Amino acid sequence: MSSMQDSVSVDLKAPSLLKLFTNFFQIGAISFGGGIIAYERILLVDKTQWLDPDEFMAFLAISQTMPGLNSVNLAVLAGDHLRGVLGAISATLGLILPGSIFVMALGVLYASNANHPLANLILMGIAAGACGLLTAITYRIGDGQWKKLKSVAIIAVTFGLMSIAKLSLPIVLLIMAPIGIYLYRPNAS
Amino acid sequence: MSQLIHLAMTFSLLSILAVGGGTAVLPEMQTLLAQQFNVSHTQFVQIYSIGQVAPGPNMLMVLVIGFQIAGMLGASVVLLSFFLPSSIFCFYAGRLWMYFGESPWRRSIQNALEPISIGLMASGVYAVAKASIFDVTTLILALLSLYCVLKTKINPALVILGSGLIGLLAHQLL
Repeated sequence: MSSMQDSVSVDLKAPSLLKLFTNFFQIGAISFGGGIIAYERILLVDKTQWLDPDEFMAFLAISQTMPGLNSVNLAVLAGDHLRGVLGAISATLGLILPGSIFVMALGVLYASNANHPLANLILMGIAAGACGLLTAITYRIGDGQWKKLKSVAIIAVTFGLMSIAKLSLPIVLLIMAPIGIYLYRPNAS
Repeated sequence: MSQLIHLAMTFSLLSILAVGGGTAVLPEMQTLLAQQFNVSHTQFVQIYSIGQVAPGPNMLMVLVIGFQIAGMLGASVVLLSFFLPSSIFCFYAGRLWMYFGESPWRRSIQNALEPISIGLMASGVYAVAKASIFDVTTLILALLSLYCVLKTKINPALVILGSGLIGLLAHQLL
């Protein structure tokens, strides 16, 4: 009996798998230049009210803590919350499908033209531009961190271990995660 | 066949290590691909940059790397092995979280991982910069794009396409 009530209350709010897929597909297709998390918030909280703002923030926090791309993780969690495993799969596929097709088309072009002198010059400029973009994204994501001494120290040591000492990523995480968690342990001043 | 298995293992590892998002594994990805699959730093950075022009999650360019190494099959293997492990991990973590609820240690872990992932992202910036900035033109283009992304509302995909065109023009005119 209780399981029947559950499914009824879920059905009232839950979108169809197709609707999940097409809505995430739209985000995947229009999010040129990044900012996917913002599009996901608009879809999930403002447009459809599939999540309330608190649920969205909780899912975002899990997405950021877990490995993987934040935008993809968010699609997995929201999809699971709304429609279970199949929902997670629909939302994630919708999100990554348009960009995958787009990037494969570019990739085929790249594979056949990478040695063309003109293509090389354009790619040089594109790479320099992407470098500037990546710097900007890193700076922005670190926004709240640059003023905290503990955080700046962790950022600097992590960078040093990775880029100067050239340790491999698993080793860097094994060293830094316990130190970071100790520094930020509950009730640390 | 063994190369496909090798690709799958490499990208599954990178998937699980991608704490704080894809950019954090850029330097590790660059190193592994150079050592194990002969992908040069220039190739890597060019493919990464092309990926920034596409919509959707910003690491879909790994498909192009798979395509370069082993054709369409390589692209499919990389797609699955880079996105599936972390997604499954996150799926179960999400369910566990709902089960256990908010704990002070979760806050600690998140606070600790944030600066670590920013440090890793900074390493990603450094790795991309080393391969993409090598003369005055590329330096100016990188600074220009940094300025445009931080201070203007121009879409970053257009900024990157623009710097490709300016790079071409600068070379033809100077």
